[in-house]
Amino acid sequence: MTTVATSAENRIRRLPAWAPWAILAASMALAAGILALGQGPTIAGVLLIGALLYVVAITAVSRAVEGHRYAKDRLATTLVTAAFLIAMVPLVSLVITVVVNGIGALSLDFFTTDMVGVFGQDPGGGAYHAVIGTLYVVGIAALVSIPLGIFTAIYLVEYGGGRIKRAITVLVDVMTGIPSIVAGLFAYSLFLLIFGPAYRSALVGGVALAVLMTPVVVRSVEEMLRLVPNELREASYALGVPKWLTILKVVLRTSIAGITTGVMIAIARVTGETAPLLITVGLANNVNYDAFDGRIATLPVYVYRQYSQGGASVDRAWAAALTLIVIVMALNLIARLVSRYFSPRGLR
Amino acid sequence: MSKRIDISDLNVFYGDFKAVEDITMAIESRSVTALIGPSGCGKSTFLRTLNRMHEVIPGAYVTGKAVMDGQDLYGPGVDPVVVRRQVGMVFQRPNPFPTMSIYDNVLAGVKLNNRRMKKADADDLVESSLTGANLWSEVKDRLDQPGSSLSGGQQQRLCIARAIAVRPDVLLMDEPCSALDPISTLAIEELIHQLKQDYTIVIVTHNMQQAARVSDRTGFFNIAGTGKPGRLIEMDDTATMFSSPSVQATEDYISGRFG
Repeated sequence: MTTVATSAENRIRRLPAWAPWAILAASMALAAGILALGQGPTIAGVLLIGALLYVVAITAVSRAVEGHRYAKDRLATTLVTAAFLIAMVPLVSLVITVVVNGIGALSLDFFTTDMVGVFGQDPGGGAYHAVIGTLYVVGIAALVSIPLGIFTAIYLVEYGGGRIKRAITVLVDVMTGIPSIVAGLFAYSLFLLIFGPAYRSALVGGVALAVLMTPVVVRSVEEMLRLVPNELREASYALGVPKWLTILKVVLRTSIAGITTGVMIAIARVTGETAPLLITVGLANNVNYDAFDGRIATLPVYVYRQYSQGGASVDRAWAAALTLIVIVMALNLIARLVSRYFSPRGLR
Repeated sequence: MSKRIDISDLNVFYGDFKAVEDITMAIESRSVTALIGPSGCGKSTFLRTLNRMHEVIPGAYVTGKAVMDGQDLYGPGVDPVVVRRQVGMVFQRPNPFPTMSIYDNVLAGVKLNNRRMKKADADDLVESSLTGANLWSEVKDRLDQPGSSLSGGQQQRLCIARAIAVRPDVLLMDEPCSALDPISTLAIEELIHQLKQDYTIVIVTHNMQQAARVSDRTGFFNIAGTGKPGRLIEMDDTATMFSSPSVQATEDYISGRFG
């Protein structure tokens, strides 16, 4: 008899699954009602006041029905969910805005023509030259900073020690914080010293982006290499495998998925850089296939230029912005596929 | 295939700290030598000096001699990589390579060293090594599955197969059963008995019964206090060590009256 009584006491009264939704709907309705009394409800206003009402209401109801421990849980869940939703707002809003504005001007023509003979606010024209330019500049940056970054990270994790290691770590941290315009000025003056004034090419832009990209690659690869368990290195050494082969075939192979993701994210980050490219590569209206000579158009600078011209150019700016986002998203998608393909089997 | 190792006046340091002091012992070929003693007394550290794994840790070094068949492991010009090919090692926790299949794990010593091997030879080596590690019948139908899909005991035997696939002369085992259940432990112990026919085996263990069961000779390590170096207190035939040790500390440790 006593056991039955205890278990009945221990049984917890919980809110039914629909209750939070009902409370949410009621909060929103109440918020709309309150605002209607004043200046009339707006979507943002209803959401904001409704959310605040919901936080108070769900906690109070839960406390009355379920007790204070579950009430705290409800409160924490609500706050965490709210934080997630708030973080999603700018992202979703940005994507929707760019897609809505950009999809209209997007056509096959847009990707096959450049801006030669298209003046000011004329319709037509395209971003073929800018897409090529972005691929060139980002390609050069990747070519420079991926090997540099990976080798630096390998040095830091596998070889370096003492003062040199600490100095490099600090310098890499400082480099991460370099404003992008400073990186542009650095590349500009570097090539000014070597080739004299008025030298503009994709190479200069690539170097500027590499300055921004290298520290990001170093940090992310370093993190990934540190994640490789020491046991695997020891297992390899114990089989009589030299250190360099251990690094190549065990350490890098085990962390290749993470490294790929890190590198892709670094590429995606510099793809949208505008300021350093404005200084170093300028803008062109025609396709420039020579990466070592002459101005070259890039998507971010193209967007900047078109938008400032107004008229039909604004549509081209939106379309180019959409193209840029698609390229970056495609890179992220590829990174995810690659990391899934390479991740250690059995741990997937 | 198997060789003896004579160690004389060996000291092991981590930077300024002397971890193990003044070890002199002979490790007989084709026999199992067990090293016992309390935690932190330098058994594992000493074991790792025998294939120069010790120096993987920055600042660690060794003085003294460890002579294997007339060749000093620490002589000038001796490549640690070559030493490790002659002296294999099995670790406390099974550590198969997660990116490799069972098949590739056994061949890791060959593949990681970029050596080429005919498919038929590779198949033979995989089969003989897995058979040698008593694992062949359990995994022969799923050689292409990842090594991490096996149970802990199977993974440890896979690691033993991987170690013997490079055909070493000596096999070091650092508490190979401490992460395993009694049944897997039994399987490994039986395996050690078989491997003794071909290899010189040195095993570190915290399990006194295990030392008594598998080893021919036993060495007892102890430490005078925290921060002091570990020393080899006594070494003798296992039967003698466990029945009538000559040092009081050994008897106390073995009979559980330690500390």
